[in-house]
Parts: sequence; C-alpha cells; structure tokens
Amino acid sequence: MSFELDRVGLIHDAGQAQGQRALRAVSIKVARGERLAIIGPSGAGKTTLLRILASSIRPTEGRVSVLGNNPWQLNGSKLRQLRSRIGFIHQAPPIPPRQRAITAVLAGRLGQWPWWKSALSLIYPADIAGPRDQLARLDLADRLFDRCDRLSGGQLQRVGVARVLYQAPDLLLADEPVSAMDPALADLTVSQLHQEAQSRGVTLVASLHAVDIALRWFPRVIGLKAGELVFDLPPEKVSEGVLRDLYASETGVLPSQDNQPFHLAFEGHAVDEAPAGRGQVPVAPPRVI
Amino acid sequence: MSHSVAQPRLRDPDARRRAGWALLALLALWPLVQIAEFRPVDLFDARNLAVMGGFLGQFFPPNLSGEFLVFVLKATIETLAMATAGTALAMLLALPLGLVLTHSLSVSRIGPGPDRSVGEAIRALARMVLLILRGIPELVWALLLVRAFGLGPAAGVLAIGLTYGGMLGKVYSEIMESGDTRPARVLLETGSGRLMAFFYGLLPGAAQELASYTIYRWECAVRASVIMGFVGAGGLGQLMDQSMKMLNGGEVSTILIVFLLLVLLADALSVFLRKLLA
Repeated sequence: MSFELDRVGLIHDAGQAQGQRALRAVSIKVARGERLAIIGPSGAGKTTLLRILASSIRPTEGRVSVLGNNPWQLNGSKLRQLRSRIGFIHQAPPIPPRQRAITAVLAGRLGQWPWWKSALSLIYPADIAGPRDQLARLDLADRLFDRCDRLSGGQLQRVGVARVLYQAPDLLLADEPVSAMDPALADLTVSQLHQEAQSRGVTLVASLHAVDIALRWFPRVIGLKAGELVFDLPPEKVSEGVLRDLYASETGVLPSQDNQPFHLAFEGHAVDEAPAGRGQVPVAPPRVI
Repeated sequence: MSHSVAQPRLRDPDARRRAGWALLALLALWPLVQIAEFRPVDLFDARNLAVMGGFLGQFFPPNLSGEFLVFVLKATIETLAMATAGTALAMLLALPLGLVLTHSLSVSRIGPGPDRSVGEAIRALARMVLLILRGIPELVWALLLVRAFGLGPAAGVLAIGLTYGGMLGKVYSEIMESGDTRPARVLLETGSGRLMAFFYGLLPGAAQELASYTIYRWECAVRASVIMGFVGAGGLGQLMDQSMKMLNGGEVSTILIVFLLLVLLADALSVFLRKLLA
C-alpha cells in the first residue's frame, strides 16, 4: 500500500467562522507502483489533496496513511524522514532565481544528506553527474551551470522536475507538472515521470488540467469537483458525459494541453507510445468534443 | 454613457478608511511635535545663525599637520578594527537568533506538526534575548563592560557586538521573511533541515539585502565608536574627545573629514557587494 485516505476532509482555517472547505470525505486506496491522474476544474481541491499526501497539510477530518505511516502520529525526526521519501513537483517551481540549476537539482537530496555534506556542496557541488543525468532526461543538460533566472518558464519547470527525479522518492507527487511546457516537452516530461515510476516501482500521482494528457498516459484517473471525489476510473471508462459533468462544460470545450480539441478515445499510434497497461484499451473511432 | 439607467456609481470602497488613517496619523503627530519643541523658524533667527556660525568657524581650517595626521591614522585603524570586530561579533549572535526567529524556517508550523508549542517557546525566548540586547543603548553596555575589561577597545567591541547583534538579528529575520519564502518552505516539506533550507532556499534571494544591511550597521559601528571613545574605548572617538576638550576645532574637523571618508567607503563597499550578489 502506497497510501490510503479514509474519508479525508479539510477546512482551511478550521475553527474560524469563515473557514473554507477544500475537501470532503475523500477515500482512495493506492497500491505501490500505481500511476494515477487527478483531474477537475480549478479550485476543485487537487493541490490540497496532493499536499495532504505530501504530509504538508494536516487534514481536519479522516485518516491518512502514507508509505505505511500516519504522518501526524510521528515524532519530529520520523516525520522528517517520511517527508524526505516523498517528492513533490510544484506547478510554480519553488527555486530561487539566483540559484544555479545544478544547485536547485542537488537540493532534492537535502532531506537525505547529512548536514555537512549539504554544507560542503555549497562550496563545490557534491555530485555533478547526477544532476546532469536528470536534466539530460528532460533535454536540459546544457543548462546545468546556468542560473535559474536565465531559464524560461518551461525550462524552470523542468529543473523542478529534475530535482524531484534526483531525490528518487518512494512516492512521486506532481501538481500540474507540465503546465508551462509546449505539447512535445510536456509529453517528454510525462513520459520520464512514468519511466521513473515504472523502473523503480514507485507510485506516481499527478494533477493535470489537460484532460488529454491524463487520459492518454495514466492507467487510473480520478475526478475531483468542489472538494469531492466524483469518479475513480480507468481512462477508457471516462466517457464524454462524465467529463462534461466534471467540468460542467456548456461550451463543449474541455481543457487540453494546447486548447486544441482532443480525441477522447485513442488513435492507433498513441497506444504504442503509451506505457504498459494501456494495451487493453478498445480502439474506438475518435470523437471530437 | 447614454444608456446608464440608474447604474450605481463605482467607488473605491477603501478610500474612506485610508483617508481616516492618514488623518489619525496627522492628529497623533501634532502633540508630539509640540512636546519636542520643534520650531524650525528658530533655525533662521539672526542671533542663532551668528552663534552657529561662530561655532563652525572654530573648525576651520582643518589641522593637516603631519604629526596630527599620524595620530589620526592610528586612531582610524583602531576604530576600523573595533567596528569590524564588533560587527563580526554581532553577526555571530544575530545569525542563529535571526534564523530561530524566522517563521518561514519553522518545521513545526508545517501541518502544523509535532512540537509546535516547543518551537513557539524557543522563538519567544530568542525574541526576548534580541530585545534585551538592542533595548540597552551601546553606551550603557560600554559603561558596564569598561568596568570588567578596563579602558580600551575590548569593551567597545563587546558593546557594539551586543547591541548590534540585537538589531541585526531582528532585521535579518525580517529580511528573510519579506522575500520569497516558498523555496525554503518547500525544502522543509521534503525533509531538509532548517539551516540547509536557509542556505539553499532563502539565502540566494536575501543575500543582497542581508549584506547591505550588515554593511550599513558596520558604518553605524564606525560612528558609534565616537561614543565609545568618550568612555575611553580608544580610536577616533577618544581622539575627538581630547580635541574637543582642548577646544581645538581644526583637529575636530580633520576627524570629521575622516568620518565622511569612512562613510563613503562603506557606501562603495555596499554598492560593490550588491553588484557581486546580484
């Protein structure tokens, strides 16, 4: 079991009169090695859900178990250990602009390194090949020693991804990991996330605003709306009606990575590049929504 | 605009509140100006101008004799040593206390997690220590320490270190709090320790401000050494004290020129460091 949520709810500023409810009674069980996508309109609670899994926010209701622990029953050092095993890719990469890409990537291991190693690494990088390899996977090896304020938004987002790949966590969480990338790079990045999850057998959970990426890549898709779980389905069961309900879409346009109309079912060639587990998808004639 | 059918006029809802606060601030300031007997017209009163002119006249011309300049040079080096050692001591005190005080480097606030009350207690203690350090003027610290260390620079260094440690610690944590604190918080959320979260998450963004404020405090320490001189801590202050007592205006103005040059130096250093850290 990678993680389990049991009727988890969260009210921001609980105890205050104007507390805002972000999540209500969400229950999910995810086995180690599963890869799932969270979709839903903005404000649905996707980020909140991921942050609860990352043990960054404590839910106000329900029970959480992550990597075999209830994070909020651990003492300080055990909680820190647990957090160092969880990687979180943020939509806006939390990297100081004046930091070099290599340092930003190395920072992924701060939770695992002893303090003296981290301190020495400020003087001379403790590892150069490691960050270079991770950046190379995302087609960014040539920017290894560049400062992050010289990178574009999409490049910076990939540095953020490389940091978490370098961390090599047991649970890989990603909050809109490709929102600033063009479709080709988005595909490359998502494929690297899947490769990482599959090769090391770790769990991948990604929230995505682009429904097409979620359906194309992930063997399990959950829909979140107004803080509640509305479906938990394999992608081939995610029908047009389900999506329309989720986004309450009157216009007929569903969010996709480049705002192009997308095909709900899979075209023949998409099956080849899609990761394992997608073979049983019925190939229906593409429908344009 | 022709079709406006009883549309409510758009107003800034905050305007009234802002005007109210501004008015309140002015009302509070007025009695304070009265108490402080602040009457700027007096500055231009003919009699006062003559007295001030006479006082300034004593300072001219500056004493530039070789013998005196050697004294000044020796005292300048002593003052610089005192200010630098004092500021270094202040940094040593301020960095750990400032880091403890910084909320964005608090692990227990994430979640919130375990030991939150312990964290808050330590923070309160650090705030108290900083308050005591900077709440007591450096002159009082100096008078106290002269009794332990005797006349000389050591008391001055310690007095500067303690007072300025209190100021630096407070401002360091405010600087770190006012920048982008997300990088550090995210590092803490993936299990990093707080010191490394500072170095990898906060320092890159805050280094410029931290350096220029520290240099500014060093500049203040150079000036503060005048006061230290009056309690016998040596340096330019002591030299100035002697010159004043002997009513030797030329010597005083030479020393003042040196102070101006030192402030200029601090300014240049600050600009250089900001460029380096940009």
